[in-house]
Amino acid sequence: MIAAAAISLGRIGAMVLRYTYLLRSSWPRILEMVYWPAVQMLTWGFLQTYLVRAQGVVPNSAAIAAGTLIGAVLLWDILLRGQQGFSFSFLEEMWSRNIANLLMSPLRPAEFVVALMVMSLIRLAVGVVPVTLMAIEFFGFNLWALGFAFAAFFVVLIVFAWSVGLLVSGVLLRYGLGAENLAWSLMFIIQPLGCIFYPVATLPGWLQPICWVLPPTYVFEGLRGVLIDHVLRTDLMLTGLAIDSLLFTGAAFAFAWLLASARRAGTLLQTGE
Amino acid sequence: MRRISAFRAHEILDSRDNPTVRDSGFPASAGTLPRSLERGNLSLNEPTIQRTPHAATAVAIVGMGMSSLLPTSNVALIVEDLCKTYNTTIAVRPLSFSLAVGSTTGLLGGNGAGKTTTIGMIMGLIEPTSGSIRVFGHDMAHDRHRVLGRMNFESPYVDMPHRLTVRQNLRVFAQLYGVTDSAGKIARLAEDLALVEFLDRPSGSLSAGQKTRVALAKALINDPELLLLDEPTASLDPDTADWVRAYLETHRRDRNCTILLASHNMAEVERLCDRVIMLKQGSLVDDASPAELLARYGRSNLEDVFLDVARGRVNAKNRVDS
Repeated sequence: MIAAAAISLGRIGAMVLRYTYLLRSSWPRILEMVYWPAVQMLTWGFLQTYLVRAQGVVPNSAAIAAGTLIGAVLLWDILLRGQQGFSFSFLEEMWSRNIANLLMSPLRPAEFVVALMVMSLIRLAVGVVPVTLMAIEFFGFNLWALGFAFAAFFVVLIVFAWSVGLLVSGVLLRYGLGAENLAWSLMFIIQPLGCIFYPVATLPGWLQPICWVLPPTYVFEGLRGVLIDHVLRTDLMLTGLAIDSLLFTGAAFAFAWLLASARRAGTLLQTGE
Repeated sequence: MRRISAFRAHEILDSRDNPTVRDSGFPASAGTLPRSLERGNLSLNEPTIQRTPHAATAVAIVGMGMSSLLPTSNVALIVEDLCKTYNTTIAVRPLSFSLAVGSTTGLLGGNGAGKTTTIGMIMGLIEPTSGSIRVFGHDMAHDRHRVLGRMNFESPYVDMPHRLTVRQNLRVFAQLYGVTDSAGKIARLAEDLALVEFLDRPSGSLSAGQKTRVALAKALINDPELLLLDEPTASLDPDTADWVRAYLETHRRDRNCTILLASHNMAEVERLCDRVIMLKQGSLVDDASPAELLARYGRSNLEDVFLDVARGRVNAKNRVDS
């Protein structure tokens, strides 16, 4: 179902064009993409500033001063907005009752998925890039200065975001808009388990193996390594990527299975607002 | 035993040499005629063949085992033993029919008769429980993407993105279907379907009639060889509906397009269709031209025929399965 054969760039381009038209037609959508990351960044940035000023009262303030909080919140936004960019683009088809038009056209499921990935990147560029620039201006934290480390973090996070987006889209196809809340909320289960704001060692021993199954854990541990110890743990990045590959493959199979299941159940003609 | 209407075996055999047969996508060497057809008679268990009014070299096949007839037919669609069951509910019972290239066939039946499910299965949106669908010789279960570009569909059950303008929507679908010169194609369709004045308005702001015309433009964007229409004139005022029917008639004639039309509007079916397939509770209960149905049921209009079938007042002479 997700075969790479006979992929058409023209059809992928058509879908990207469709979502670009949609974004252009709705300034609230563009505003919303920037609004939440900006609010998050400002909140955590000011909290970081407060904690740094409370040196002697708060332990590990040196680590905080290095930007672990604001860096983590920016990477978290890449993860969350990457998944939502994928899932919300898919949801647009459900809301507009257009999914049947697409699935009866020559568009292949793999092309549809690639177009959703591209849109996830475009929405990230619109929503998160300005916020990373604001972080430099407001708090002097430059995520881009991490260079190769940032690129590695980004790849691990975005592939995981696409995996979750793919799974959510499959569930939406099969079960309809009743499952819509998953698109908004599923990623939040990663927040406590992905160890975004604290090291894995903080969690109880029995929970730690679960954390290490999640690729974001490797990224946020890696971020702290870079900011505090000034070392990029390539072993963490490679392990994160390997788990990502497995999860993405699993999500692709799940999507294909859920699509086939939706065809069997006849739900593709019943999706709607 | 199924009825044979104007069957002439020599014409079917002659159609093997017709170049249009090769264009239908069926392998030239596949299959042979059943022995009974070569003898010029039919048995209970073998397929029967009906001449269709609008395709001199084509045959419409009703019955089972029709794959053996593929090379002799200029056929757009073959549905064979199609069945759909949802848990314990049978939506479509084993259903077999075929459509000759260039024909317009009405799919009639009450609510829940299986029309939309049948069309959904033909489009690949619903997976049949059993049976097969071949479009221009391609098996829709395994080869769907080879032929989807030659088909299209319009239905009130599907919509187009409301925030995009009509032009943007049509441009996206033109690109999805690989239409060259999409701007020219959109301009021609806009002219033909009287969309010009609202091409740059959001699709969601249009009236029901305008939306139907836009949906029709989307369904015609790739000049489909097989067009499936589900209630194409539902919610249209009589004038617009008449206009859409006239357009479909012209389009079918000019492009030799094959049309399968599900409708509850009997006047529309009588006007557009050269053949009618009647479904009831998922089963094919009759299959003939409108004129034949009227004669068979002794009625003056298809609405009365529909009511006879729907209410079980079946006293037709020479019914297909009588």
